[in-house]
Amino acid sequence: MKIGFGTEDEAFRQEVAHWLEQHLQGEFEQLRFRGGPGDEHMFPEERKAWEREMARGGWIGLGWSRECGGRGLSISQQVIFHEEYARAGGPGRMGHIGEGLAGPTIAAFGTDEQKRRFLPGILEGREFWCQGYSEPGAGSDLAGVKTRARLEGDRWLINGQKVWTSLAHESDWCFVIARTEPGSVGHKGLSFFLVPMHQANIRVQPIKQITGTSEFNEVFFDDAETAADNIVGAPGEGWKIAMALLGFERGVSTLGQQMLFQNELDEIVRIAKANGAAADPMLRQRLARAWAGLRTLRYNSLRMLSGPQNGSLRPEAMSYKLAWSTWHVELGKLAMDVLGPQAEILDGEPYELSRLQSLFLFTRSDTIYGGSNEIQRNIIAERALGMPREPR
Amino acid sequence: MDFALSDEQLMIQESAAGFLAAASDSAAVRAAMASPQGFDAQLWRQIAEELCWPGLMIPEQYGGVGLGFVEQAILLEQMGQHLLCSPFFASACLATPALLLGDNEALRQHWLPELAAGSLTATLAWRESRDGWHAAEQPRATRNGDGWRLDGIYGAVLDGASADLLIVATRDDAGALRLFAVPANQAGIRRQALPTLDQTRRRARIELDGVAVAAEQCLHGDGSGEALLDKVLQVAAIALACEQTGAAQRTLDLTLAYIGERKQFGRTIASFQAIKHRCADLMLAIECARSASYYAACVAREALVEDGDANLAGQLAEACAIAKSQASETFMHCAEESIQLHGGVGFTWEYDPHLYFKRARASEQLLGTPSWHRERLATLILESRP
Repeated sequence: MKIGFGTEDEAFRQEVAHWLEQHLQGEFEQLRFRGGPGDEHMFPEERKAWEREMARGGWIGLGWSRECGGRGLSISQQVIFHEEYARAGGPGRMGHIGEGLAGPTIAAFGTDEQKRRFLPGILEGREFWCQGYSEPGAGSDLAGVKTRARLEGDRWLINGQKVWTSLAHESDWCFVIARTEPGSVGHKGLSFFLVPMHQANIRVQPIKQITGTSEFNEVFFDDAETAADNIVGAPGEGWKIAMALLGFERGVSTLGQQMLFQNELDEIVRIAKANGAAADPMLRQRLARAWAGLRTLRYNSLRMLSGPQNGSLRPEAMSYKLAWSTWHVELGKLAMDVLGPQAEILDGEPYELSRLQSLFLFTRSDTIYGGSNEIQRNIIAERALGMPREPR
Repeated sequence: MDFALSDEQLMIQESAAGFLAAASDSAAVRAAMASPQGFDAQLWRQIAEELCWPGLMIPEQYGGVGLGFVEQAILLEQMGQHLLCSPFFASACLATPALLLGDNEALRQHWLPELAAGSLTATLAWRESRDGWHAAEQPRATRNGDGWRLDGIYGAVLDGASADLLIVATRDDAGALRLFAVPANQAGIRRQALPTLDQTRRRARIELDGVAVAAEQCLHGDGSGEALLDKVLQVAAIALACEQTGAAQRTLDLTLAYIGERKQFGRTIASFQAIKHRCADLMLAIECARSASYYAACVAREALVEDGDANLAGQLAEACAIAKSQASETFMHCAEESIQLHGGVGFTWEYDPHLYFKRARASEQLLGTPSWHRERLATLILESRP
């Protein structure tokens, strides 16, 4: 059991920090600390340019295998990259769905032709992806997907509606779960498609959130087309692939997410010192609790990333979503309580939120998206603790 | 960076778990609770002579095994699981670190071999403040020729009645903290075993009445007693956090076993979502406590050895505060839930949840309450950092 990084890793850290320092300059200077959760709608074009800059530096696909064009770096080095990226204020990634989800899925289940077609676009920061899973009637119960796909000649035609699709209007491609066996129910008869977003038969409708901003969208497919060979796996294998995709997120990026959290907490601590909140014994307890909680998220991640990587999700990994979302939502409330009366005053008209006001409101989504806390508790109880399953 | 147990560490964990499951089952714990001394002396000999646990982290030059604090943490987690009643905590987690972290080599050479062999046990006597750390006021040390004369009372010393060697915290005339190693049978020491709410860990009142000690019995150089005691208590608090984590895990395991059998309304009560969700929350809390206590154990390892990583060792205060506050609250919460989820039988003496509940309360108070540790952490964050 070893918690420090080796000298080689520390040298890599220097290299990453140096590159970021050199390149988050000029046109990219304005992107520092921007485009994160609650701010994802900002600077889309500039952030795409930044993705290309990253690609030129060789910083995309660090964990991908070399055969797929990645760098095959160790977990430690990927962790270091994410930490330094967040520390330097690297902007919210436009390419994270492609790099973290679409790419690994295509690499694992795609044909050679699909790999040749799609992986370079992701690695070069040219093509951006969004995720078409949730539907109005399929949230926690993903098997309730109603979107349909049928093969006509050399085209799949897709009809239905997806929801909560972030960056849909900025994306070139969407991976879509759709039903290919008419009359099938549950997780049978689903297939996994790669669908181009730039077509008239797809309509993107932004959702105005409680923050007043719109990162999430509804996406309407009305005979939307994709080529016959843009299906990953065989028809009917969609569920298997969708579930495997969720496992690709091995938690490497959680360390970077925690650096963003640390930035938020640092700002709260700064304000507490300045406005006298630091003298309030109750707030001191909560600030310390927040600090301890964030450190513990880090320790959890280090455990998650250590030991044999046999692909099985260990208990600490299964509980991670519940852990961070619960922590983050509390941080949002703490921010408001530290601000005191000032928390009520906006930055401007019509509804311009400060970063901490945005944090307070946006964190309400953390305990809902990506599997609500209630679903997470079911997963932990059933898979980690072996308790009886809910009727399905 | 590899924050997982090595193969060798997994072996230590497995063998400790196997041994304690048999040697410290519920019947054995209850027998120890009812015994005058509070632990099974024969079992302690076996632990010392066959398993070498007391000397696990004592360097080989003093007759120990020479492993580190992480290995000790692994044992502690298992001891907590099985509520082992033994002098281990007081001797190996309080007194031994005091000798190791002090700078009196002669004392180390004199006492550590016997402590490593387990033929002798020791404890640390200090006056606790309300919040479980050390009080400003300690028994007095007055100059007495070349040596010192010690006077005062310690209210509730861990294993104070059974320990052979006492490391005592005192204040001298100048107000400086001084730690001395004093054989418990020395003239002027009166010890009185106290009945305790948690019967698995014994306490004693110890009175020092004109106890004469030589200057050589002091563990440290002039002026460093305060820092030494603070560091010893931090290391011990981390040890306790590891023990608490194991105990918390056990309360959940006991609960899961019970609710998986208990049927009401024609189904096991484990199948009710209201219960599943509570168990999921307990598991999350335990995993967090485990991460925090093992991280702190890694930090303590660096703080305990001379060539330790200075950067990590520097995190001792922070890691200790995080681990102890979380492990304390987690164990307490798990123990409470264990009684509740056991229903009526959870309120009986016959079932084990109350043993853990009482240990949880005692451990939460011992070596710094959660809110005390958080206040210490708040000071680090809000006042010490730039």
